[in-house]
Amino acid sequence: MELTGAEIVVRCLAEEGIEFVFGYPGGAVLNIYDEVFKQNKFKHVLVRHEQAAVHAADGYARATGRTGVALVTSGPGATNAVTGIATAYMDSIPLVVISGQVPTAAIGMDAFQEVDMVGITRPCVKHNFLVKDVKDLAETIKKAFYLASTGRPGPVVVDIPKDVTQHKTEFAYPKKVTMRSYNPVIKGHPGQVKRAVQMILEAKRPMIYTGGGVVLSNAADELTQFTRRLGFPITSTLMGLGGYPATDPLFTGMLGMHGTYEANMAMQHCDVLIAIGARFDDRVIGNPEHFIQDDRRIIHIDIDPTSIAKRVKVDVPIVGNVKDVLAEMNKLIQASKEKPDPTALKTWWTQIELWRSNDCMKYDHDSRLIKPQYVIEKLHEVTRGDAYVTSDVGQHQMWAAQYYKFDQPRHWINSGGLGTMGFGLPAAMGVQFAHPESMVACVTGEGSIQMNIQELATCKQFNLPLKIVLLNNRFLGMVRQWQEFFYGNRYAESYMDALPDFVKLAESYGHVGMKIEKPEDVEGALKEAFGMKERLVFMNFITDQKENVFPMIPAGKGLNEMILV
Amino acid sequence: MENEAGALSRVAGLFSARGYNIESLTVAPTEDATLSRMTIVTRGSDDVIEQITKQLNKLIDVVKVVDLSEAGHIERELMLVKVRAEGGLREEMKRMSDIFRSRIVDVTNKTYTIELTGAGHKLDAFLEALDRDAILETVRTGASGIGRGDRILKV
Repeated sequence: MELTGAEIVVRCLAEEGIEFVFGYPGGAVLNIYDEVFKQNKFKHVLVRHEQAAVHAADGYARATGRTGVALVTSGPGATNAVTGIATAYMDSIPLVVISGQVPTAAIGMDAFQEVDMVGITRPCVKHNFLVKDVKDLAETIKKAFYLASTGRPGPVVVDIPKDVTQHKTEFAYPKKVTMRSYNPVIKGHPGQVKRAVQMILEAKRPMIYTGGGVVLSNAADELTQFTRRLGFPITSTLMGLGGYPATDPLFTGMLGMHGTYEANMAMQHCDVLIAIGARFDDRVIGNPEHFIQDDRRIIHIDIDPTSIAKRVKVDVPIVGNVKDVLAEMNKLIQASKEKPDPTALKTWWTQIELWRSNDCMKYDHDSRLIKPQYVIEKLHEVTRGDAYVTSDVGQHQMWAAQYYKFDQPRHWINSGGLGTMGFGLPAAMGVQFAHPESMVACVTGEGSIQMNIQELATCKQFNLPLKIVLLNNRFLGMVRQWQEFFYGNRYAESYMDALPDFVKLAESYGHVGMKIEKPEDVEGALKEAFGMKERLVFMNFITDQKENVFPMIPAGKGLNEMILV
Repeated sequence: MENEAGALSRVAGLFSARGYNIESLTVAPTEDATLSRMTIVTRGSDDVIEQITKQLNKLIDVVKVVDLSEAGHIERELMLVKVRAEGGLREEMKRMSDIFRSRIVDVTNKTYTIELTGAGHKLDAFLEALDRDAILETVRTGASGIGRGDRILKV
């Protein structure tokens, strides 16, 4: 039977087993929306801004590992989606974004709500398609899902002109699709894996450095086995948190610009570095020139060859899926008669414990003001470390990463690469849809939350019982911190004046609002909020205005040039 | 690479987004109409060239990437030069054209249009040898390259 393009889109999504489509209707996608109306295979979530649709699909993808789907109209709908797409691209999140386009005959005519979506998104997608013929539609959508979820994942845009959604063709959804130019590597090169294992067993001062790739490839179990069998110290990037239990003694904390002293020092002074699904970015190793001053051998496992030898030279590159490579290494290590030198390892751990005894995460517990770190510690306690935590971008993001000890993967959801303010709330919606019974907290700032605050309406419509933890310091905190450190305390435009009454604001959207001003009220408020299982609770914590995120490596410096408290 | 709309802009966009330099770029379909072959001339350290190669390979439309300069290869570029050909210059231009084994492909009573093929430095040398004022217009295709001998790039 012949189906219209719009019917085909909906059928393809059903064939892919999609549960949720996050979107916003408009002229160019009216045909598709008409078919969405008629079906019951997936639920459509109406957001209040297209950026939120993509972030919500992204949050859903991060929390589940499945591909998120967003549907937006042409022109402004498409451009609003771009920030969300770039966010997902930087963090390698599998998404399929379907955008409407003006009819094929109108393309290039500066038609109403026309924008070159394929052109605009080209640098921030894994791939994109403009479907000009309805006969290509089903196969293109299949390709989009295949590309988004395999290899190094990423967002894929499918731009569909309105007339294509009206035209008819025979529908058959391909079971499988192959592309001659796209063959992602899964298994690591056996010779390289052997060399790496040999190097690992000979290490005197080893360090395991993990990133988002561990989470993306669902390799937490393999990593835990690997690390515990070897007894090596391990650190994680912002994106990798939860890939290894943060409460485990082998875990030295997050590394990088706001990483722990012990993790950064161990990175700098190790003799064998095992980088797993991480990419040595500027927020992680700072200045590569400083990083290479100390001699060490580097093993680098990554699915994307372009990530290897991009910022630092490596000795043993292994291109492959982290999960498969680690499983192979675990086998070899288990079978090997050699073990890492216990005396050397003991000496190394003594050194690390010495660094650790610095207690770089300490903060003032006696303050009469609410310390943001304290709120996060209490959040961890009250949720027993079991919540999904999304964040926006800035100081609160760093505190959440530092003080909420993530023991499980896919529970820490934040925009690490692009650093998108406004990500937290819509991402939390996606997470809550994926895990309706779980606790979902959005840690945010008064700057970030206002970048997508309209989504409180979506939360009301779909009864999402999120818990919003606003660390309100009346400043764009991270900007203010840099201005204090590097711009002579000239706080240019970083003060947040004319803030709304967040309690009333939450209430006007039909939610529960709370304002917490004293440290002794923090725990009670959190308990009360998480007790309200059916309601969204917006907690406005009035925190210490001048608190800074420590430790800190100034931009352009090396890992051993930290500013401590 | 796949002979598809937009493939060229993906390559060009990659170079500009990552700050790589394109000295020249040529592209046309091959005997297999689904494939286009592109020759890009670029410059960089070994590390940069390695990154460029990897980044190009990562593009979904790119089927295969080869660094031709790694081994023996042939490089050819076509140039058309329109020159002044009046009075004494007329004989001079004919002679220069012969010396460089180029061909005069269009003639008027005032101009010659000369077609010259070769490696880029040969074309440069030809232009150098001409009197600046005699050159009315030039157009160059940029280099196309192919490996020597048994070195074959085929999908």
